[in-house]
Amino acid sequence: MAEIRVENLHKSFGDFIAVRESSFTVRDGEFFVMLGPSGCGKTTTLRMIAGLELPTSGRILLDGEDVTFRRGAERDIAFVFQLFALYPHMNVRQNISFPLRIQRLPRREVRRRTEEVARLLRIDHLLDRPVGGLSSGDRQRVALGRAIVRRAKAFPMGEPQGALDAEFRELMCEELRLLHNRIGATTIYVTHDQIEAMSMADRICVMDRGEVLQVAPPIEIYERPATRFVAGFIGSPAMNFLPAQGRLAPGATEIRLNGATVPIPRLHAALDHPEAILGVRPEHIHIADDGPLRGSVYSVEYMGTRQLVTVDTGVGRLKVRAPNTVRVDDGDSVALAFDTRRLIVFDPASDLAVASAAFTETADG
Amino acid sequence: MAEVRLHDLTKRFAQTVAVSDLSLDIADGEFVVLLGPTGAGKTTTLRLVAGLEKPDSGRIEIAGHDVTALAPAERDVSFVFQQYSLYPHYTVYQNLAFPLRAPARRWATADIDRRVREVAALLRIESKLDNRATQLSGGEMQRVAIGRALVRTPAIYLMDEPLSSLDAKLREDLRIELKRIQRDLGATILFVTHDQIEAMTLADRIGVLSTGRLIQIGPPRTIYERPDNLYVARRLGSPQINVVAPDALPLADVPAGAHSAGIRPEDILLHCDDGIPAEVLSVEHLGVETVILLSLGETHLHTLLGSHPPLAPGSQVRIAVRPGAALFFDAAGNRIPSNLSEPTRETAYGT
Amino acid sequence: MSSGRTGTTAAHSVVDATSAGRRIAAVVVIAYALITMIPLVWILLTSFKSPPDSIAYPPKVVFEPTLEGYVNLFTTRSRQTPEYIESLGPPKTWYDALVRKRNMVITGPSRFADRYMNSVVIGFGSTFLAVALGTLAAYGFSRFRVPLKDDLLFFILSTRMMPPIAVAIPIYLMYRTLGLSDTALGMIILYTAVNVSLAVWLLKGFIDEIPREYEEAAVVDGYSRLQAFWKIVLPQARAGIAATAIFCLIFAWNEYAFALLLTSGEAQTAPPFIPLIIGEGGLDWPAVAAGTTLFLLPIVIFTVLLRNQLLRGITFGAVRK
Repeated sequence: MAEIRVENLHKSFGDFIAVRESSFTVRDGEFFVMLGPSGCGKTTTLRMIAGLELPTSGRILLDGEDVTFRRGAERDIAFVFQLFALYPHMNVRQNISFPLRIQRLPRREVRRRTEEVARLLRIDHLLDRPVGGLSSGDRQRVALGRAIVRRAKAFPMGEPQGALDAEFRELMCEELRLLHNRIGATTIYVTHDQIEAMSMADRICVMDRGEVLQVAPPIEIYERPATRFVAGFIGSPAMNFLPAQGRLAPGATEIRLNGATVPIPRLHAALDHPEAILGVRPEHIHIADDGPLRGSVYSVEYMGTRQLVTVDTGVGRLKVRAPNTVRVDDGDSVALAFDTRRLIVFDPASDLAVASAAFTETADG
Repeated sequence: MAEVRLHDLTKRFAQTVAVSDLSLDIADGEFVVLLGPTGAGKTTTLRLVAGLEKPDSGRIEIAGHDVTALAPAERDVSFVFQQYSLYPHYTVYQNLAFPLRAPARRWATADIDRRVREVAALLRIESKLDNRATQLSGGEMQRVAIGRALVRTPAIYLMDEPLSSLDAKLREDLRIELKRIQRDLGATILFVTHDQIEAMTLADRIGVLSTGRLIQIGPPRTIYERPDNLYVARRLGSPQINVVAPDALPLADVPAGAHSAGIRPEDILLHCDDGIPAEVLSVEHLGVETVILLSLGETHLHTLLGSHPPLAPGSQVRIAVRPGAALFFDAAGNRIPSNLSEPTRETAYGT
Repeated sequence: MSSGRTGTTAAHSVVDATSAGRRIAAVVVIAYALITMIPLVWILLTSFKSPPDSIAYPPKVVFEPTLEGYVNLFTTRSRQTPEYIESLGPPKTWYDALVRKRNMVITGPSRFADRYMNSVVIGFGSTFLAVALGTLAAYGFSRFRVPLKDDLLFFILSTRMMPPIAVAIPIYLMYRTLGLSDTALGMIILYTAVNVSLAVWLLKGFIDEIPREYEEAAVVDGYSRLQAFWKIVLPQARAGIAATAIFCLIFAWNEYAFALLLTSGEAQTAPPFIPLIIGEGGLDWPAVAAGTTLFLLPIVIFTVLLRNQLLRGITFGAVRK
């Protein structure tokens, strides 16, 4: 098992910069998820780590050893291309043992390790079946088995196919995570799906336009996003961004929003820009009798235990996640109150979050 | 707009029965969503209504007329496909005008122009009218596809997972738009999806399909809170409802003949002093919610919490079930109605 | 041949070509292209040589270009005494002058233009028919439940497996009986029959790739099946139709064996005609080269015009499946 250090990694294709001066460390035994929209550079970064692509500059260290210019095969890293691509003409055993047979290991060794992996994945009873008749869950386990049988130091996983139905994806994520809990291999998983990232990661690395924006555990990313992009990308429905008045001094505890005054967590830094952006998650807005912001209900969506209320206000259209005990209808006029401790102020010039008590105090609830 | 009635529709493809004795009445102006996994017969049902398939038996009525034997063009329906919905060799304008230029209709050019611009405005794609269909983003494409259905006012709009190829944020927006437009126009829509959120948020009534049969139909709240059987209970809710033996957990009022109990993840309470012990297997922080996988010996349970409990795999907790929240099912999987008044659900966690 | 890919051992690690590898690959590709072009360039050069230059040994690469080959291609000439040529007065045109230098006079046009027109009519005519019939048949096979579909498709393909010359004698006898020998119609029918199997198979692939949903949407919107075919399927199959048309045209244009066997006078196409252009004392090589050059032109132009469609057409199935 291994620690992977990425230092000032940079990759350009002609004029296009795919990855810009990125640095982060994947800790030994960690489930590390690289998250970002398509084209953000996450897959290129992964390919450089796996040795499928050479960086323009920067270094990659595997357990302290510089492997930047080593070929993929010399890195002791098992790249999992697609979790679902199996060789259809081979049975389960042949599929799993394929990487070992390529290495020309002794037959007995191949057999022992294949069966060990199959037991670990609980598919030992399927070893001599053709892969054709397997359920999708079992197929995925076989593909995983083929990846882990090499006992590589780390597992970079490319984005699994997006066309799977939601139910199966959920199942697959849980399975992967449980497997990781059992074997503890350093895993780097690439996805554009924030729910997948949130549910599996020990830490998430959020990228956009080739830049690493934040590396932190899921709750941290969710509650204390470093930039407006991170805040907007994580969470569904997305965080609401409201235009507010800027020029705030350190220590400020209020912000002006469309004529109303809204209390915010104490700022630790100044915001010089004349405008500010107030970020508030749908679950931190409450439909109340009284509140600083008024609006009219645009739509109400029932979602089982919760409902999603869309409200048109003077500062734009907001999404509110409300308990379904709150009864509102389209067109109703409502007041909105905010959960003060959870509001985040962003600087419109840099898109960075302004340091505040929201980042230093834990606000659980 | 008009009401649509399906009577005992059956459709076979070679050996497989795609749709089996399906009956469904869709009221004028109603939004009905058919929910089911791949292969449940949702799309076939839609195609039968459109006339793209002929039923082996059964009858379809639109506005009181039997249309079973009519060709698609004669049925006064419009269809939004999951993908490939726009003609790539046409501009957006030509795509929108296409149904109006049909020989069956022969609208005057001026009327077509007026209608196309009206619908484009409604869907906020006026600026894209001269673009080729292939130059649009996924969201715009699907909007044009819906627009192509809206230029006409047919008896019923048939929609086959029109939002499924879009990313999550766009899907949320279009969902709200679609519902608004439907209400404003008073349109009758039969919509097919495998996405439970879409079904719950859009539908006046949800019809749950399995292997060609309509298992249950009713308002979303009824389907979620009082599913007729285990299959329906499993179709709605994420994570899925926990199904356990009735004696696996301390449950009150277990009715006679109960073979299994269904407990929604949000109805499992943690940290109850008099609860039973369980071990945490995994903790997934999903931002607003946390999903915890628990093990009680052989039984695995998902719970859904609003807060971020300081739990890690291996932690021991004591758990209980919210009183009255359990659903009971008999050996055949049918729900045994509770003799208590049906529970009204309140949110289980701080939203 | 050296590939541009650096060797790897593990199953899943494929490293992109290095720049050195890429350079080697480029050199190989360019060298190959040059080698394949040498005969074509030689033909082009020969068409501008004088007859003595064309048969000079060692071969001449540098020479004085002349249009003699082209003039000879289009004319018939006879040798006359210098006195007779003198008596004709000064030459009226540049080509008269060119011919008289060799003590010849032009006695009339050659039959090359006729042969060439035959090639155009037969080549394009059979291509049009094969593609039109092929599109309709391919659409039918692609969209309808045809009884014995797989067997029929195999049968159609199997006509392509037999070397055409194996049926040369039966066809010759048949054509003679039917009066189709040495007629443009006969040749068009023959080439269409050979090409239609290729057209059906290629086009079925292309049409299979066009989602049915497009037509179904049109049908629900009030169009008939034929209208949907015309407005929706045909425009989208354009790339495939273009690619198919080129393949058919190339076959019909270049076909030699049947043309030699079945045509001699009226309907003779260019391929059997060109090699038989006789000059004084043997083949008139510059004229043969000029004929070949002109003969190549339509295909080159057609291919260049349709090259975008063609590239899309050829890679169509490969990328999507």
